[in-house]
Amino acid sequence: MESIKDRVAIVGMGCTKFGENWDKSSDDMIIEAVYEAYEDAGIEPVDIQAVWVGSYWSNLPAPSQPLATLLKLDYRPVTRLENMCATASDALRNAAYGVASGVYDIALAIGFEKLKDSGYSGLPTDDIAMGLVSTAPNTFRSRNFTAPGHFAMMATSYFNKYSLDPEEGRTMLAKIMVKNHHNGTMSPKAHFRREITVEQVLKAPVIAWPLGLLDCCGVSDGAAAAILVRKEMARSFRSDPVFIKASQIAVGPSDGYMNPKNDWTMVQETFRAGQAAYDEAGIKNPRKEISMAEVHDCFSITEAVIYEDLQFSPRGRCKEDIEAGTFELNGELPVNMDGGLKCFGHPIGASGLRMVYELYKQIQGKAGQRQVKNPELGLAHNLGGTPGGCTVSVNIVGP
Amino acid sequence: MVGIKSYGVYIPYYRVSRAEIGKFWESFQLPGEKAVANFDEDAVTMGVEACRDCLTGFDRAGIGGLYFASTTFPYLEKQCSALAAGALDLSQDALTIDFSGTLRSGSNAMRAAMDAVKAGSLGNVLVCSSDSRLGMPNGGKELEFGDGAAALLVGKSDLIATIDNVYSSNTEIYSVYRPAEERFVSSWEDRFLRETGYVGVMSSAVRAALEKFGMSPADFAKAIFFAPNPTYLGGAVKKLGFDPKSQATDPIWQMVGNCGSAHAMILLAAALDEANPGDKLLFVSYGDGCDIFSLTVTKEIEKVKAKQSVNRFLSSKRQTSYQKYLRWREIIDTEPPMRPRTEPASAVALYRDRKCGLALYGSKCRACGAIHYPVQRICMECRSKDNFEYYPFAEKQGKIATFSHDNLAVSPDPPTTLAAVDFEEGGRIMMDVTDRDPSEIKVGMPLEMTFRKFRQTHGIQVYWWKSRPIR
Repeated sequence: MESIKDRVAIVGMGCTKFGENWDKSSDDMIIEAVYEAYEDAGIEPVDIQAVWVGSYWSNLPAPSQPLATLLKLDYRPVTRLENMCATASDALRNAAYGVASGVYDIALAIGFEKLKDSGYSGLPTDDIAMGLVSTAPNTFRSRNFTAPGHFAMMATSYFNKYSLDPEEGRTMLAKIMVKNHHNGTMSPKAHFRREITVEQVLKAPVIAWPLGLLDCCGVSDGAAAAILVRKEMARSFRSDPVFIKASQIAVGPSDGYMNPKNDWTMVQETFRAGQAAYDEAGIKNPRKEISMAEVHDCFSITEAVIYEDLQFSPRGRCKEDIEAGTFELNGELPVNMDGGLKCFGHPIGASGLRMVYELYKQIQGKAGQRQVKNPELGLAHNLGGTPGGCTVSVNIVGP
Repeated sequence: MVGIKSYGVYIPYYRVSRAEIGKFWESFQLPGEKAVANFDEDAVTMGVEACRDCLTGFDRAGIGGLYFASTTFPYLEKQCSALAAGALDLSQDALTIDFSGTLRSGSNAMRAAMDAVKAGSLGNVLVCSSDSRLGMPNGGKELEFGDGAAALLVGKSDLIATIDNVYSSNTEIYSVYRPAEERFVSSWEDRFLRETGYVGVMSSAVRAALEKFGMSPADFAKAIFFAPNPTYLGGAVKKLGFDPKSQATDPIWQMVGNCGSAHAMILLAAALDEANPGDKLLFVSYGDGCDIFSLTVTKEIEKVKAKQSVNRFLSSKRQTSYQKYLRWREIIDTEPPMRPRTEPASAVALYRDRKCGLALYGSKCRACGAIHYPVQRICMECRSKDNFEYYPFAEKQGKIATFSHDNLAVSPDPPTTLAAVDFEEGGRIMMDVTDRDPSEIKVGMPLEMTFRKFRQTHGIQVYWWKSRPIR
């Protein structure tokens, strides 16, 4: 197998403000993100040769043709894709492969999601989300429960395995949320921009025990886009292109739902996608070689376990790193510098590219107050599904 | 000789105190409590549970028929005995019949089963009665009614009690009645119901039966009368010359309430829990007439009564509130949660999935022995393709691998307790934990399976299985 490393460059990116964008449609957000990317790359709409566009719920089932209408594309291929919460990351991956193959010089990747037209808080339940009501086996059909319900099971199991009493475990998780909220205060495009305290996290209403309201990320609307070109063309667009070092996805066989060997204290998909990405990028010591990471903090416990699955922390010992401030903005390995899903909310099909947008700006030194000092490699991680069975993307980018 | 081979009951986990109902309405303060079905239960699920209890240790493939009785079937048109037979994994050629329309429908089914076995038409018949009736709020019937189910296996061999004689009568009377379009049971004036109806009709029927049987009250160790409450029972027992203390059995009004068409059979089961070999039992079911049976308990009783079915379900219970009862029965409408609409179930998918879904079969890999739910055509351990046998989970126990209490999931009894359940012989299923006290749920806790309602959409009631702490 060949590696994608240093074959494709990102030369333009755009990202909307994430939030309850009552006054903006999907179309408005897509135009905003795409035109910011055009301007950033210094290109015109007619320069785009191929598009991969991702969304999870929005405009199902066919946003491809409406996208060409919206953007007035020049009779170019548009492919709509979906890969759960890793949807936008997969749009980036597919566009990168299109460019790396040599078939296209300039490709556009878009991720978007409009959730807040729904009329309710939270995501649709699994049966609707997965279209599983009538077609899947009963074990899936029956699931009345929600994303927090699933991720809370990981917290229960993690606390149990490592003998953390609920107070101790919840306090450890609260610190992650406090960190992300602090970072979010410096992100103009974030949905939530206020500090929170450990005490507030612990006292928030319980959503799915042991997770409270502030252990959960928000639900929001947003869109992000990237323009990809072949490596050798990159510097003709800009002096500071960002190169793709690795792009991996691992999709699991739902071991957590069926196999008693799976104890819900790790996510094999994250470990596998992370290791594959490290191999692809030639990384031997992730903790030392990765400068910063944007990871899928849909819930506090998710980020905690990601530290271990991505080999930033030893297994069962993320608590020590959390307490040492390792992942804070000024720490050894800053994680979720922009505030993460916690502050941006999680428009499912958009988040992956929002993460890469942050890495891109950081590498270019344009992250303002959140700027990490001289970052090299940045990692973006998405987890789509639940700890019991998911699709995980890991993209690594760098100068 | 025809008789009873086994019996089982089901009494739901929850109780509502009559005093709480009285207090809510600033009305009568009656003692005791009523058993109430959980929000995920109905006459079908409770009936299936009673049948499972009855069939413990019996080969289900040999069951010739399922006669299922209820006045509260969820469907007026669609056979609930066929549905229950599917959940119970009975043979495709078992005869399924629904009995309904009267509080006597349970004993009607028992009589019909007995006649079919006696005639040689069927080798054995599983008889089940189950009810969850509604009285209007702030009324006497609401206080009186309880929910429950009972089952009997009627056959010819290995009998725990022989059915020696039977007498049936019919009486046209408006005592309790419910037009097809109504949810709540109606009744005439209580004095008429009791004096002319219950005591009057039953007394003459019992006298006629005893004459036919050639027996007198003194011949019976116990007389089991359907009775909505102790006052009714007292009147009839005294009039007929039975000794209220030594012969009459407790109508369980104090602990459960009147379980409608299932009530008589639950009382029979309670008597069998206490019976001794050689005891003669008089069993009297009432409703638009009477079905009256005389039985003799055999020495086989010892094996089956060891389960102590009735006592087990009476002692395993938890209080719930009247507010929840009103909500669970959809007697009051509450503001719907701001959550996604429920998608309709597909009749096609339910049909296709009936073995895996309704009867809870997974698969066991023939190559490596890995156990899966749902059925996996490709083994998760060794990747063998289409090399499996069906593996039944319904009667297996499991343990909680991990869990959460989900407040966001829509439920009339929040939080939804969700667990990864690891089974004793292997396999894991993601399941709701029902009939539970959230504060007692722990990793490693043993669970058993229970058949439940899942969702109702567009007139289709989807049933599946949940787990519960062992009762």
